[in-house]
Amino acid sequence: MALVNQTQGQAAITASAPRQNWLARVPGVWWAAIVVLLALPLVANNFWLFQIMGWTFILGMIGVSLMFLAGYGGMVSLLQMTVAGVAGYMVAILGPSGVTSISLGLSWWVVLPAAFLIAALFATVCGALAVRTEGIYTIMITLAIAAAFFYFARQNYSVFNGYSGFNLVLPPKFFGVNWREAVPFYYLSLGCAALCYCAAVYISRSPFGLALQGVRDNPRRMAALGYNVTAHRIAAYALTSVFASVGGILLVWQNAQIAPGTVGIPSAIDVLVVAVVGGLRRPIGPFIGAFIYVILQVFSPDILSSFGFSTERFKLVIGLGFLAVVLFSPDGVLGLWDRWRAGRAQATDPLTGAPK
Amino acid sequence: MNAPLEGLAGANDGNALELRGVTKMFGALAAISDITISVKPGERRAVLGSNGAGKTTLFNCITGDFPATSGFIRFFGEDVTAFPPYERIRRGLRRTYQISSLFAGLSVIDNVYLACRGVSRNRFSLLRPRRDDALVHAAEMLVEAVRLTAVKDRLVGELAYGQQRQLEIALALSGAPRFILFDEPAAGLSPTERRDLVGILTSLPSHIGYIIIEHDMDVALRVVESVTMMHNGRVFKQGRPDEIENDPEVQELYLGGGHD
Repeated sequence: MALVNQTQGQAAITASAPRQNWLARVPGVWWAAIVVLLALPLVANNFWLFQIMGWTFILGMIGVSLMFLAGYGGMVSLLQMTVAGVAGYMVAILGPSGVTSISLGLSWWVVLPAAFLIAALFATVCGALAVRTEGIYTIMITLAIAAAFFYFARQNYSVFNGYSGFNLVLPPKFFGVNWREAVPFYYLSLGCAALCYCAAVYISRSPFGLALQGVRDNPRRMAALGYNVTAHRIAAYALTSVFASVGGILLVWQNAQIAPGTVGIPSAIDVLVVAVVGGLRRPIGPFIGAFIYVILQVFSPDILSSFGFSTERFKLVIGLGFLAVVLFSPDGVLGLWDRWRAGRAQATDPLTGAPK
Repeated sequence: MNAPLEGLAGANDGNALELRGVTKMFGALAAISDITISVKPGERRAVLGSNGAGKTTLFNCITGDFPATSGFIRFFGEDVTAFPPYERIRRGLRRTYQISSLFAGLSVIDNVYLACRGVSRNRFSLLRPRRDDALVHAAEMLVEAVRLTAVKDRLVGELAYGQQRQLEIALALSGAPRFILFDEPAAGLSPTERRDLVGILTSLPSHIGYIIIEHDMDVALRVVESVTMMHNGRVFKQGRPDEIENDPEVQELYLGGGHD
C-alpha cells in the first residue's frame, strides 16, 4: 500500500503474536478428550461404542453442517438431514443392497464420489432457492423441501423403493475389515467426525469462512466490499453438504438400511435440536449436543419407567431438556461452558492470579 | 486546481464518475431527480445540502445499493448503471457509511482483511492465508494507517465510536481504490478525531478522487476543491468552495446566515 510507511507496517506484524508451535496451543482439556476417545474401546462395551458413540458422531457431523450454515452464515436450514439422506439413499441405490431389483451394485469407488456429488448438487439447488429468503422464511422453505423429499421418497417405488426403503446396505470391506463391527465402526466414525470437525474449524478462518461470517453480520456491506453475497451463501450450502453426506453415509452403514423415516420431519428437527442444545457458536457444539441427545434418547425410557411413566414418552424428556437449555442458555451448552470459564477467570485476582 | 465545473453532458471522456439524468423514485416520491454531475479522476468534491436533500440516496445510486430508476452512471468511462454493487466495487469504487456498517462479530484485522480480499481473487478459497500473505500484510498496514494497531485483535462490536469510524475509512481504502464516496465521515467525532480525519483525507494519494458528504464546513471545505450543493433532490449550485460559501442564495438556503 502506498498509503502507509512500509517499515511501520512491518513493525506492527513482528510485534504481534510470536509464532508458536500449534501443538503447544491445544489446551489440556482437548488432550484429555483425545486420549479418552482413542482409549474408549478398552473399557466400553459394544453397545456404547456402536450405538451411543457411533450415533453421536453421525448426528454431530450432520449437526456441524447446520452449525456452519447457521453459526457462520446466519442461515438456519432444516435441510441438512435431507442432504444426509440423499447421500445415504445414493449409496443404497448405486451400491449393493438387499433390494436387488433397484440397487445397481456398483463398486464403492464409483458409489461414494457419486453420492457426495449428487448430495452436493441437491444442496446447491435447494440452497439457491433458500438464500432468496431470510430468517424465518429460510426455515420455512427448507422445511418445505425436507417434507417434499420425505413424501417423494415414500411414494416413489421405482427409485427410492417407497415405504420400505433399502435394507442390507453394508459398508465395503476396506483392508479386509468388517466396518460394521463395533470397534472398527467406532474408529471409522470417530475419524470422520474428527476430520469434519477440523475441516470446519480450519475453514472458519479461511477467506471463504471469514467472508461467510461477514455475510452473516452485514450482507449489504459485504456487497460494498466487492463480494457476491448470493454466491457465497449458495457455496456455503454446497460446502456443508459434504459434512452432512459423511454423516448420512455412515448412518446408512450403521443401520444397514435407509427408509423414508430416516429423512422425516422429526429427524430434520432433531438435527436442529442437537445443534442448538450444543451451541451454534463453534463446531464442537453439535457434537456435545449430539451426545446429550443420544444419551437422553437411549436412557430416558429407563428413567421414565422408574418414575412410573410410559416409556413411549421419551420425546417428552428430550423436549424438556431442549426447553431448559434454550431458556437458561440461548447459546447452548457451549455458552454455559464459556460463562463458567469466564466466571472462573474472574474469580482470581487479576494482578497476582491468586483466588479471591 | 480550481478547474471550472462543467457538469455538462457530452464531456464523458476522462471523467472518473459521470452521472447523467439520474433519478431515484421511492414509490411516487423522487428522492433525487435528474442529477447530472461529472467528476474528474483525482478530483475531490463535497456534496452539501440539508437533511433530505438526497445526498445519501445519490451515494446509494452510485454504488448500486439502490439501483437508479432512470438515467445512467459511468465509472471511468464504463457504463455501470446495471451493475450490482460488487461489480462496481471491483472496478475501484469505494464507499463509507454514515452509520458505521461493519462486521461486529469479527476482529478489526479480520474486517480489514475481508475488505482487502473482497477486491482481489480467491474470495472463495478454503485455505487459510499464510502469515506472509500479501493481503494480510496490506490489512496490517491499513490498520496502522488509521491508527488502530493497538486494538487490531479486538472484536469490532467492542470498539469505541470514533475507532469504528476510523475502521469504516480503512475498509474504504482497501485494495486499489480509484474513487471513494465518504458519507459524513466526521459525524460524531471529537475535535481531535476530526483533525486526524482531515489528515487522512489530505494525505490520500493524489490519483484517488472522492466525494464527501459533510455537514461540518470546517472539515468539508478544507479537503475539497469543488462543491455540489443539493436541494430537494436536485443539484442546486456547483462551484469552488469560496464561491459556494459566499453565494447569497446558498447562505440563505443552507448556511442560514450564521454558521460558525
